[in-house]
Amino acid sequence: MSSSETGIHPTFEKTARSFLDNSQLRSNLGHATRTIRDKRRGVVDEMPDWEELREAGRQIKQKVMQNLDHYLLQLETSVTRAGGVVHWARDAAEANRIILDLIKERGETEAVKVKSLTTDEIGLNKALAKEDIMALETDLAELIVQMAGDEPSHILVPAIHKNRSEIRDLFRDKLGKPDLTDNPAELTEAARRYLRKKFLSAKIGISGSNFAVAETGTVAVVESEGNGRMCTTLPQTLITVLGIEKIIPAWQDLEVFMQLLPRSSTAERMNPYNTFWTGTTEGDGPQEFHLVLLDNGRTQVLADPAGRETLHCIRCSACLNVCPVYERTGGHAYHSVYPGPIGAILTPQLRGLSDKSAASLPYASTLCGACYEVCPVKINIPEILVHLRGRVVRHNKNWGGIRGKVNPELMGMKWLAWTLRSRSRYERAQKMARKGQRWFMHDDVISKLPGMLSGWTAMRDLRPVAEQTFREWWRTRS
Amino acid sequence: MVEDPVMSTAKEAILQRIRAALGDDQPGWGTQSTREDTRSLNIERGYRTHGETKKQQRVGLFVRHVEEYKARVSQISEQKLPQTVADICSAEKVKKLVIPPGLDEKWLPGPESGLTFLRDEPDLLSYDELDKSDAVLTGCFRAVAQTGTIVLNAGPGQGRRALTLIPDFHICVVRREQVTGIVPEVFWDLEPVIREEGAPVTFISGPSATSDIELDRVEGVHGPRRLHVVIV
Repeated sequence: MSSSETGIHPTFEKTARSFLDNSQLRSNLGHATRTIRDKRRGVVDEMPDWEELREAGRQIKQKVMQNLDHYLLQLETSVTRAGGVVHWARDAAEANRIILDLIKERGETEAVKVKSLTTDEIGLNKALAKEDIMALETDLAELIVQMAGDEPSHILVPAIHKNRSEIRDLFRDKLGKPDLTDNPAELTEAARRYLRKKFLSAKIGISGSNFAVAETGTVAVVESEGNGRMCTTLPQTLITVLGIEKIIPAWQDLEVFMQLLPRSSTAERMNPYNTFWTGTTEGDGPQEFHLVLLDNGRTQVLADPAGRETLHCIRCSACLNVCPVYERTGGHAYHSVYPGPIGAILTPQLRGLSDKSAASLPYASTLCGACYEVCPVKINIPEILVHLRGRVVRHNKNWGGIRGKVNPELMGMKWLAWTLRSRSRYERAQKMARKGQRWFMHDDVISKLPGMLSGWTAMRDLRPVAEQTFREWWRTRS
Repeated sequence: MVEDPVMSTAKEAILQRIRAALGDDQPGWGTQSTREDTRSLNIERGYRTHGETKKQQRVGLFVRHVEEYKARVSQISEQKLPQTVADICSAEKVKKLVIPPGLDEKWLPGPESGLTFLRDEPDLLSYDELDKSDAVLTGCFRAVAQTGTIVLNAGPGQGRRALTLIPDFHICVVRREQVTGIVPEVFWDLEPVIREEGAPVTFISGPSATSDIELDRVEGVHGPRRLHVVIV
């Protein structure tokens, strides 16, 4: 269980409603997701072997998950051989404690940090702040989010919910530059100047990682702005947090993911910068390298063979940009650092189904399947969503006390199953429905159902049960 | 190193959780009967492992893709390098040029160019000196036509990573024979380097960039804001 991620959040259904009313958010998001989606299609279409790459990516990840213990031990050996130090963390608190101690032992109070979902997941910044250590976000969007005291809303472009004038106002205030305009180039320049001083003097760098190669101990960071290079190159000490599922077996496997990731993520042939480092190198970059291997619920995901594939995710965010639900609600409605379709399957598995907010996420989908189609490692998200919905129902039945057992939906489904099992019962039910529906029909459709059933007709009309079924007609014929 | 009891407990616990999670599972991978067997299985690598075979076309593709990243490209013969470097520097008002160890001295402009060379040997340049420089001139390990990528591996003529990171302008010399076709080829070429030396590797595809504000692309954030590729 993660620490920052726990706490009581409302369900997706509740929050989504309020976000749908925010037209600024919807217009920002609509523009953004459409732009990346179209660009992605362009760069994927120029790859004649895209499907072969996806399949290879899927197979590599499957192999990793089936042998995760082996590859982790291999990674530990190879990183240690290359001059790094490996730490193991069962959960968020343990990971944060390890990092905190490393920084304190070096007598430092500040660290520069590369955008990393994993460190957001464990709430590292807050944990460090509690002991007066400032972790400065250096990715432009993360800096904006951090300055605003806000939460990221997209995996790749975390400040997508903010427009340029909001950012200008924020920078005018926080960077003390009252003359800034809302020109993105000027805003970027202001951030560059502010951060450059920090980079050149930083003693500690903190990063996540996209991939770690078990065989060689090589760790990779993929980025655009150069803040990743700064953080992994300039400080004396580098601390990297790695979710245990990010491991890949061999150096050669990078050739697959370094083709899949940039095109799926930023929709570029290659993103501006990739850094691959293997332990430490004398006279080049950090002389101390610490790698923190993080479980934090991942082994729990691994234990469900039908949900395990979720761990194949390489965090590209392609599924967010094609999702009709995400496009309308935005990332905050998911109450997790992992929003969108992948979040809808990852969050409930990481946090467990007793978390009501997390357990509502598998329902945040129309099951249209667009996410599966774009996924670079072929995670069958719709199938896992359905699987998790089943788990949520069973969980509530077993652990939800009396309310879980007499849940109207569950009872309704039970009644339906019983009815559908016998022809006579089914036909009797049809007859009853035909009588009952008269009270709700307007212009030949059912436009408003009462009570619990009203949810179904809130957005759509329901066709009534026919006056005569095919069977009935057949009987009158003979 | 003495085993830290807390650390080894966490390690044991995680490994134990993994084994419990996978324990009774069928591997579900062909006819293999144990988990260990699946490790020796080959991944189906049906994707391309080699790209364009004609050098001329490879170079052409590389140029096109680099230019799409808003980097500048010059194609010249090697003898003209000193003059070209001098011209680029004077056009971009470069006075202090960082020179990594092992760079071919024949590439450097003469004293008439008025350039000051900042050398990273015998003493390393400080971050501050690098920050006050105007540009860096390097070679590279390889370039990739498919993606317009320059690959550095801290080899001779490239220097340590900070040299190509802190200066605001990077002039990179790529030899035509260094341009490979597609991404898998460069990983193949890098493999011995990684295995033997564990050298740090950097991929550069255009100047640094961000699209964080309303998805408007802005070239030049923290890495060099300008990139000039000289192909010889």
